[in-house]
Amino acid sequence: MPDNAPLLEVEGLTMHFPIMAGVFRRQVGTVRAVDGIDFNIREGETLGLVGESGCGKSTVARAILRLYEPTAGQVRFRGEDIARLDGEPLRQMRRRMQMVFQDPQASLNPRMTVGSIVGEPLLEHGLGKEPAIAPRVDALLESVGLEPGFANRYPHEFSGGQRQRIGVARALALEPEFVICDEPIAALDVSIQAQVVNLLEELQGRLGLTYLFISHDLGMVRHIADRVAVMYLGKIVELGSSEGLYHEPLHPYTRALMSAAPVHDPELEAERERIILRGDVPSPSDPPPGCPFHTRCPLAQPECSTRAPEWRELRPDHRVACHLAE
Amino acid sequence: MPTELPDNPRTHRSLWVDVWLTFRQHTGALIGVGVFSTIVLAVFLGPFVHDVDPQYLDLQARNQGVSLSHPLGTDNLGRDTLAQVFAGGRISLAVGFAAMFLSLVLGTAVGTLAGYFRRLDGPLMRFTDLFLALPLLPLLLVIIMLFRDTLRNAFGPETGIFLLIVFVIGITSWMQTARIVRGEVLAIKEREFITAARSIGTRERRIVSRHILPNALSPIMVSATLGIANAIITESALSFLGLGFPPDFPTWGRLLFDGANFITITPARVLWPGLAISLTVLSVNYIGDGLRDALDPRLRDT
Repeated sequence: MPDNAPLLEVEGLTMHFPIMAGVFRRQVGTVRAVDGIDFNIREGETLGLVGESGCGKSTVARAILRLYEPTAGQVRFRGEDIARLDGEPLRQMRRRMQMVFQDPQASLNPRMTVGSIVGEPLLEHGLGKEPAIAPRVDALLESVGLEPGFANRYPHEFSGGQRQRIGVARALALEPEFVICDEPIAALDVSIQAQVVNLLEELQGRLGLTYLFISHDLGMVRHIADRVAVMYLGKIVELGSSEGLYHEPLHPYTRALMSAAPVHDPELEAERERIILRGDVPSPSDPPPGCPFHTRCPLAQPECSTRAPEWRELRPDHRVACHLAE
Repeated sequence: MPTELPDNPRTHRSLWVDVWLTFRQHTGALIGVGVFSTIVLAVFLGPFVHDVDPQYLDLQARNQGVSLSHPLGTDNLGRDTLAQVFAGGRISLAVGFAAMFLSLVLGTAVGTLAGYFRRLDGPLMRFTDLFLALPLLPLLLVIIMLFRDTLRNAFGPETGIFLLIVFVIGITSWMQTARIVRGEVLAIKEREFITAARSIGTRERRIVSRHILPNALSPIMVSATLGIANAIITESALSFLGLGFPPDFPTWGRLLFDGANFITITPARVLWPGLAISLTVLSVNYIGDGLRDALDPRLRDT
């Protein structure tokens, strides 16, 4: 598909956090939050990123946006490596990629009015002065379904869904090409979740946005994403088109995840067979050798604990990291 | 969640209106405002009503009690006590506010830098500890001894000593503010809206001025009100020790110092300046208490 050239290519992205301890704050270990992951996102598509809590999904988002300093790896945005940008070039880069945060309450400054929150990116990038940006702020609020007159209010006067839409308006203020949605619906009521997801889809259609959509709601990801990546313990274990991955999950972890999601059909739900994983996720500061999943995998073979699985393309556009998948 | 919005969404309700609405509910703070404004008004407008020169020596009327011409009596040199309390109050309040402002600026700057820039944290906080560990009163005495005459010659006796006292009080009382602000900044820095600001490309100084400082406002305001009280008391202590303003220049602390020897003859000379200091400190503290509540959005929301 020539028109779907990759917008973002992530290669070997690694994010390690040092563990300091003792009187002299020496480094005693490393949390391997993200441990060498590769994927790319094509222009105009939505890539879903799923995985259980603590597997490194948000760290991936923050490392791509350079809110963290990646330990290693490349992040190429339209061919330009942004993993090592600094200072003013990095600041200019931020105009093109934005983020919608998980907790709309925490990500809005309680002492700023909604108008100044949404207008802040415009001011910071010199796209206008205080009074001149007001129409633009009103238009942004309107585009996310809020009344423009709300610009004078404070975040605490809004409901959770409205606050998340303020967050979306802020992310769109600089007309980015790429938006990372870091669990944008996890903190919202179920009734509000659909609203926000529909808004995101509508904006994508209208503005031609590319999304990285992080969530642990498998149903929602299936609904919104064109392709889905499954993360486990800082690594991507499976990546495929939404259709392919949901119909034929190849990795045992993906299968376990899928089997844990309830189905909206009582008959199918009754037949649903759950694969219960035993044990806990190993600590990312001491990941198991070989395949990271072998400690909990129902199909584990002796080789799984010694040799790391290759990243294989088993089906067209469907990759998996498992020795046993066929 | 409060979603009931007034009919007209254009109505602008500023932060300060919200602050005032909450502040109004704090009885202690309202009484504090009343007492404090009475003191300020009295000190500045009083001399127009009771126009006796506080420096005028009336040797015919020494150590007098309450009378119509001297409502609070006179001292051992026949100076009018009420006029002296008014004059002393202007100086004491001016010293209080100026020294508070200096220590607030110093403390906020040190605290913000230490809290925001990890590399500066260690050195700046050790510096703060150093200042906290210094025995302040002896230090003040040494500074005043060393610099009093130089400043007097440069700015005249009154301005010189005023600047010196404001300076020494300011640079010896910023440490508490610095510690409080640093702690607050450390906590705010980790909040998600700071990450959000960074992700939209907000410059560092704007993150500090637009996001961190307004959210650290509550402890800063409280430090400010406590600082006024602290500065007035320190100035009183210095004057009481005879190291503040020159002897013929009344401040509340100096009046106390001079009056203490005559407490058996004219107790009013100790009573009124002492009461003025206590009431000012107490009312300012109550105002600070009310402001802290009013500036905390979590309390304001309920």
